[in-house]
Amino acid sequence: MKKFNITEKKDTRSGFGAGLAALGETNPNVVALCADLTGSLKMNAFKDAHPDRFFQVGIAEANMMGLAAGMTIGGKIPFTGTFANFSTGRVYDQIRQSIAYSGKNVKICASHAGLTLGEDGATHQILEDIGMMQMLPHMTVINPCDYNQTKAATMAIADFEGPVYLRFGRPSVPVFTDADQKFEIGKAWLIDEGTDVSIIATGHLVWEAIEAAHALEAKGISAEVINIHTIKPLDVDAIVKSVKKTGCVVTAEEHQIIGGLGSVVAQCVSQHCPSPIEFVGVNDSFGESGKPADLMKKYGLDAENIVLAAERAIGKKA
Amino acid sequence: MKNTQELQEVASQVRRDIVRMVHKVQSGHPGGSLGCTDFLVSLYFEHMNLDPKNWNMDGKNEDLFFLSNGHISPVWYSVLSRRGYFPVSELGTFRHIDSRLQGHPATEEGLEGIRVASGSLGQGLSVALGAAQTKKLNKDEGIVYTLHGDGEMQEGQIWEAAMYAAHHKVDNLIATIDYNGQQIDGSLEDVMSLGNLGDKWRAFGWEVMEMKGHDFDSIRETVNAAKAKLGHGKPVLILMHTDMGHGVDFMAGTHKWHGIAPNDEQLDLALAQLPETLGDY
Repeated sequence: MKKFNITEKKDTRSGFGAGLAALGETNPNVVALCADLTGSLKMNAFKDAHPDRFFQVGIAEANMMGLAAGMTIGGKIPFTGTFANFSTGRVYDQIRQSIAYSGKNVKICASHAGLTLGEDGATHQILEDIGMMQMLPHMTVINPCDYNQTKAATMAIADFEGPVYLRFGRPSVPVFTDADQKFEIGKAWLIDEGTDVSIIATGHLVWEAIEAAHALEAKGISAEVINIHTIKPLDVDAIVKSVKKTGCVVTAEEHQIIGGLGSVVAQCVSQHCPSPIEFVGVNDSFGESGKPADLMKKYGLDAENIVLAAERAIGKKA
Repeated sequence: MKNTQELQEVASQVRRDIVRMVHKVQSGHPGGSLGCTDFLVSLYFEHMNLDPKNWNMDGKNEDLFFLSNGHISPVWYSVLSRRGYFPVSELGTFRHIDSRLQGHPATEEGLEGIRVASGSLGQGLSVALGAAQTKKLNKDEGIVYTLHGDGEMQEGQIWEAAMYAAHHKVDNLIATIDYNGQQIDGSLEDVMSLGNLGDKWRAFGWEVMEMKGHDFDSIRETVNAAKAKLGHGKPVLILMHTDMGHGVDFMAGTHKWHGIAPNDEQLDLALAQLPETLGDY
């Protein structure tokens, strides 16, 4: 298994902030809207450099989604910023009618997704957002894995025509992808090849999948690790190719298993290459307050549980 | 630009279109459509700077219109087609399968003149404000118009948008409320009263005007006065007093024709009251 030399940990939301600031310099059509969470979303650099293109909306997310839809008329590319909970469930109908059904070029940028929001607890720890967003026709859903990838994704979606949901988070996690990477929407990243099991992970769980692959290697098991940063459109070819080779699969995500990466990978695998599959994700429950690392351990979203799931999947192979 | 008599003729044809469209498919919303006919005819044939033949989504340097209460799509479709956005023959496809004239307005089928889907209420003002701010960023002098139902004022998002417009001084937008006092379940007063609607908007920082929605002179005078108020740091709202179902006597002044279609006999009764002026589709 490939070894990464980790020199720093950073939060993915800061990757978003850096990407947005960079876009401010390169793309005059990019505008940003925020619902009273400018600091939390790391949007201050853009706001300070381009006050004329930054719109403070206040605590009114429904209005923000409608405003963003309208700003596309005339050629602007709006990036909305608030927590993932308020970017999706709170405004689902506004996104559905004014953005997705209307085909508007809005980038819905959502921070503090998942359990790793931590102490604020379940009211804010949305674990259903990927499901809600990927059900919408026309919507692209992206969940990058580290700071560099989030920055690259933020910049890439400005050049993509159509509504996008970009999900990122609050905790500092290892930075292991290249700073100058080219982000290709819809293209899975094969992190390392293996032969016994495919571990398909997204977001913060990608690093846990890499650690799990190392632990499996120590046990003599060869794991293939794939980073699915784009959940929709799903890179079906990459998944099928991998699972046909390894014969079983584990999915890993900081989200409900129902409706998330696990659901779509199961659909893909059952249609194209029926194989044993195990799911690492939140199993139909809400979260709770706690330190991010403690929560991820309690809810089974870590390398240790990915290892156990891989062993179960391998054990089910015919 | 048309004079009052010409506007009345267009309005009569639009009302014929509305009842014929709704009758043919036996569904749709005639009441609000009839009530807003005179206003939409005025906007599209007298006030708005438009280029129907070269329609595009961005509408740069044109005036834009957003229908927030999308269920009154029949009147909008009729006015758009009569103004030259698409063939009037297409009105006969309203609400049928494979039509561009969806039950509620949509962009998915590429119908000229429509810039956002509406139907789920309360969203149009936010979208229009966004479009108005993009016009400002683009140094585009076009005006953004919106129309809302009065029942729609019960949606919370309207008031989020109202607050935003005043705070951000969106003064290139004229919002209009179809103040007919009716909604599906009955009168507004019975279902969910709005109190003093004009005072509410004034309290939110808007310029508020009132007009008679079936009097072309009142519409002309008020819209011109509203235009004159633009550019002074405040958004402008017009409370438009209308009768739901106006123009067809048995449909007028009641919520009962909000969302039902006339039968054959009722269609004949309605058309007898509405001279065919521009030729039926």
